[in-house]
Amino acid sequence: MSDIRCVNLCRTFHQGDITVTGLDHVSIDIKKGEFVCLVAPSGGGKTTLLNAIGGLDKPDSGEVWIAGKRIDNMGKSALAEMRLNNIGFVFQAYNLIPVLTARENIEFVMEVQGIPAADRHRRSAAILTEVGLEGLEDRRPAKMSGGQQQRVAVARAIVAKPEIVLADEPTANLDSSSAEQLMDLFVSLNKNHNTTFVIATHDQRVMEYARRIVKMLDGRIDQDIPQDPR
Amino acid sequence: MLLNNITFRLAWRNLWRQPRRTLLTLGAMVFANIILVCMISLQFGMYGLMIDNTLSMLTGHLKVLALNYKDDGKIRQSIDEAETLARQLRNDLNRLKNKNFEGESAANNDTEGENNSVKIAVRGKAFALASSEDRSFGILVMGVEPEHEPQVSSIPGLIQRGRYLSDSKAEEIVIGSVLARNLQVDLDDEITLIGSGHDGSFAAAVITVVGITQSGMTDLDRSIAQMPLQLFQETFAMGNGAHEIVIRAPDLSDVEEISIRAQRLLDDRPSLVLHDWDDLEPGLKQSIQADLFSAWFMYGVLITLVAFSVLNTMLMSVLERTREFGIVMSLGLTPGRLGRLVILETAIMGVLGLAAGILIGTGLVAWAGIYGITFPGMDEMGKQFNLPARIYPDLTVFQLALGPSIVFAATLLSSLWPALRLHWLEPVQAMRAAG
Repeated sequence: MSDIRCVNLCRTFHQGDITVTGLDHVSIDIKKGEFVCLVAPSGGGKTTLLNAIGGLDKPDSGEVWIAGKRIDNMGKSALAEMRLNNIGFVFQAYNLIPVLTARENIEFVMEVQGIPAADRHRRSAAILTEVGLEGLEDRRPAKMSGGQQQRVAVARAIVAKPEIVLADEPTANLDSSSAEQLMDLFVSLNKNHNTTFVIATHDQRVMEYARRIVKMLDGRIDQDIPQDPR
Repeated sequence: MLLNNITFRLAWRNLWRQPRRTLLTLGAMVFANIILVCMISLQFGMYGLMIDNTLSMLTGHLKVLALNYKDDGKIRQSIDEAETLARQLRNDLNRLKNKNFEGESAANNDTEGENNSVKIAVRGKAFALASSEDRSFGILVMGVEPEHEPQVSSIPGLIQRGRYLSDSKAEEIVIGSVLARNLQVDLDDEITLIGSGHDGSFAAAVITVVGITQSGMTDLDRSIAQMPLQLFQETFAMGNGAHEIVIRAPDLSDVEEISIRAQRLLDDRPSLVLHDWDDLEPGLKQSIQADLFSAWFMYGVLITLVAFSVLNTMLMSVLERTREFGIVMSLGLTPGRLGRLVILETAIMGVLGLAAGILIGTGLVAWAGIYGITFPGMDEMGKQFNLPARIYPDLTVFQLALGPSIVFAATLLSSLWPALRLHWLEPVQAMRAAG
């Protein structure tokens, strides 16, 4: 069964008199445990597709199914619940909550999920070690480097063990060493927890880790190529 | 879902991201709360004084009158055996009251027990022409019980010169200072009273002035004279009758209970009517209500201004955090929880404002409770409502909490709009908006 299924998705944006096509009849199936890269030039539709899969944006037409449930017709609260329990997001701009420390950012989703404090602390301590941020748990985002912030964002996305991780240009602001560490972490999670990864990128280094490359152009899927990862 | 820890931490820290703005908004709340605590306490203190001083002059808390006497005021509409009935009421009401407060009275000393008792006095009233050697004026003559009248009225304590009545049979009279001046009489001078008796006969007496009162209320000092009840009854052919039995409760809050009990005792006397102070002095309550209305209008404006200040703060705060709201929504926070976060931020500010306002306000009210407050125009107002030159606030939990609670509710109400706006927020647009 597909973990993610998109059927005939269309999405247009209006900027004044100009209409921009974000998605043009896009259909794609992504199975559980897949490691997929969405590759496109700027404005190619990869972020729009990612947002539609994550329920952050609604398509004009078409269907989005996550773990067997149709989500494109869900209400806001139901979508929020779905994201909380099924999806972890990693954004290009990290998107950490500035008033919370690294540990609190990581525990945020678990706390909203209602996981007991002791369990939260244990899991956040473990993930902080895993992403190499021991000793920085009480720092706020403003006092951390871009790489450190991105690792906190990744830790936040994966600590609650979501079935799907959606990452939008996760390495765009990272140096090559940090990018490599991050991708190794993604691959390890993918292998060990069978987490599905969908990564929107135009970074060649990231594409090398994927087992499937979906190339998009002008809002359409141009090529869908399986590959042997690095 | 109930608000959990992270929501509170977020709310608290969000408040202090713009400390100057938060402190200014908080300052407006605290200021409004202090004003409300002080003004409401002073207002109720003043109302208490107005009621107490007005009622203690002549009205009392309750009065037993003959049917229709309140409206007609005819000398014939009298209470038969008034002193006997007063004695019965005095005994019964105090016995019932003591029974009620048995536990308390055991601990009280005699003076406190005396202060806690229901005071009752009998009065006769008649209009007469008062004449001195040179002048005559129409006055209201009151026959009073010298031993009981000081317990229900403040007039005996307002003697400016001479003394109050001492003997219920003596041929003596106490008159107001303006009347004394008008009649051109002084202590030990004689005045002649001429009027109609209870039976329609001619009533006349020559009485010696033993005391001159000054209440500060010109009308009262010009038109009222008091003489001993027995002399009054003889002069006006009243027999054992009188016109009113005045009841004074230990406290205004006791009036309702005493009224019920007194009414029970009067049930077998259908010719008598028990009136409470509101009945007897309708203008007093009306003037208090009018003052309350204008005061609450002013308070309403103040509270509205504070509410708009909070609304402005919260709208700005929500607007500048649009991107963050987008982030937390993408992580799975529902719009409802986000809305609760905004309301919680306001509630925290409101609680801080409430606590600081009540604390500082209580301090100021406590200080004013010791030293009293006076302001320009207090003398004129004092004369009009029989108030002292200084007023003291009435400090109760209700009066302390009333204003700040309304401010708190108004601030919470003002956070509803910013909270509701979050329901229309789309995560992607929100993250893009400020990103």
